[in-house]
Amino acid sequence: MLAKKVITGNYASSYGAKLARVQVIAAYPITPQTSVVEKIADFVADGEMETQYVKVESEHSAMAACITASQTGARTFTATSAHGLTLMHEMLIWASGARTPVVMTNVNRAMAPPWSVWADHLDSVAQRDTGWIQYYCESVQEVLDTIITAYKVSEDREVLLPALLTLDAFYLSHTYETVDMPDQDKVDEFLPPFDPPYKLDVDDPHLFGSLSFPHQFYMEWRYQIKEAMGRARDKILQVDKEYEKIFGRSHGGLLDLYRCDDAEVVLVAAGTMASTIREVVDQYRNQGYKIGLARLRVFRPFPAQEMRELAKKVDVIGVLDRSYSFGYGGAFFAETGGSLYNIPEKPVLKNYVVGIGGRDVTPKTVEGIFNNAISLQEKGLDKEIEWIELKEGGK
Amino acid sequence: MFEGYKDLPEVPMTWDTTEVNKTGGWRTVKPVLDPEKCNKCYICWKFCPEVAIIVDDEQKEVPVIDYVHCKGCAICAEECPKKAIIMVSESIED
Repeated sequence: MLAKKVITGNYASSYGAKLARVQVIAAYPITPQTSVVEKIADFVADGEMETQYVKVESEHSAMAACITASQTGARTFTATSAHGLTLMHEMLIWASGARTPVVMTNVNRAMAPPWSVWADHLDSVAQRDTGWIQYYCESVQEVLDTIITAYKVSEDREVLLPALLTLDAFYLSHTYETVDMPDQDKVDEFLPPFDPPYKLDVDDPHLFGSLSFPHQFYMEWRYQIKEAMGRARDKILQVDKEYEKIFGRSHGGLLDLYRCDDAEVVLVAAGTMASTIREVVDQYRNQGYKIGLARLRVFRPFPAQEMRELAKKVDVIGVLDRSYSFGYGGAFFAETGGSLYNIPEKPVLKNYVVGIGGRDVTPKTVEGIFNNAISLQEKGLDKEIEWIELKEGGK
Repeated sequence: MFEGYKDLPEVPMTWDTTEVNKTGGWRTVKPVLDPEKCNKCYICWKFCPEVAIIVDDEQKEVPVIDYVHCKGCAICAEECPKKAIIMVSESIED
C-alpha cells in the first residue's frame, strides 16, 4: 500500500532516518535544521523508532559521536546547518579518513557575519575537500529517497565514505510537499543492516587511526579515499537504478539533465533554484529557444565525465553558484571549468553568482541569466564572473 | 606486512593493538611507587590514561607500573590519596 504524507524537507530527513532504521542519532539544534532532530525525538518518545538518541554539547561532539558509533557497526545520522557544519570541519575529515559511512542532513544556510539564516551554499561547498559525498536536493521527495539511497551507497564496502545531503534553508527545509512514503518492508529489503568490515570491538582489539610515519602508508590511505570516491560515482548511478526499479523514482544520478538533448545553452545549478530554472526552460522552449538545465545533484564525487559529455554538445554553459569562493569564481564554476580544460572543443563558460544570503532567485532572475547566456552564442564571453541582481548604489 | 595501497585495509588500522607502541621513551619524569605507603585503592589505575598501571583482579597486590608504555604524565602521582607515588627525573645513564 502506498502511503502519502504532506511533510517538510526537514521532516523528510527525519522519516528517511526512521525508514533507514538508524541506530544512533546525535542531536544538537541549529536553525533551520532543528525540526529534523525534533521530529526524530518525537518518533523515539512515541515508541515508533528504536534508536540511541544522544544529546551532545556541540556539533563537533555530534560528529565525534556519529563516527565512534559507526566504528562499532551502528548506522548513524545527524543534522546540522551553517556554523554547526563548519564547527564539525575537523571531525568531517576524521569521518572520511576513518571510513565511517555517517549520513547527515545539512540545511544550507549563509555564514555570518552579518547573521543570516537563509539559503546559501557556502557552508557545504566549503567542506568539499573533506572526503564526503555531497547531494544537493531539489524536492522533499528527493530528500526522503536520498537518505535511504545514501546509506546504501556509503555503506557499500567499495565506498565506505560519509555522505552529506543538503537542503536549501526554508525553500526546502520548511516547505511542505506531498511525499510518497516507501513501505518499511521494502526499505528493509533494499537496505540491509550495516555490517562494516572492521569494528571497534573489545574482544578483538586493533589500532585504529594511530600514527603513520611519512615512510609508512598515510599517503596510500589518502589514495584509497580518492579511489573510493571514484567508485562512489558508479555506485550512486547503480543504486539510483535499483531504487527506481523497486520504488519507481529516480532523481537523476549525479548530473540531472533537463531538456538538454538538443540544447545549445545550458545552465548548471544546484538545489531548489533548479525548479525555477525548469519553469523558465519550459517557457523559453515554447518560444523556440534551445536551452536546458543540468542540475548538479552530486557535487562530490564531481560529475566530470557527465560535464564533458554535455560540453561537447552545447555552445554555452552558464554555471550558477549560490556561494562564492574568494579565489576564482564560485566553486561549481571553477570545478566545471577544471573538468573541461582538457577537452578539445570547449563551450563558452560563464559564472553567475546568485541568491547569496537567501536572496530570491525568481523566474525573472533566471530569464535575465538565460537572456545573457543566449547572447553569448553570438558575441562570445562578455564577463567571466558576474554577480546577478547586485545592488550597486553609489549615487 | 603492507607494501602498498592494494594491501591495506580500507580503514587506517593495523592488526596489532596499542601495545606495540612503546611510548615509555617519551618520559622525562618517572613514577615510582612506595609499596609501604600504598593502600591498594587502585585509584592510580582508574586515572592512568595509558593503561600503564597493572593491577590484579583480587586487589591483593600493589600496582605495577608498566614502564614500557608509561609516558610520565604524573596523573597517578597527583591522584594518589596516600602520596605513595613520587615522580623522579629520568637520567640519561638509566
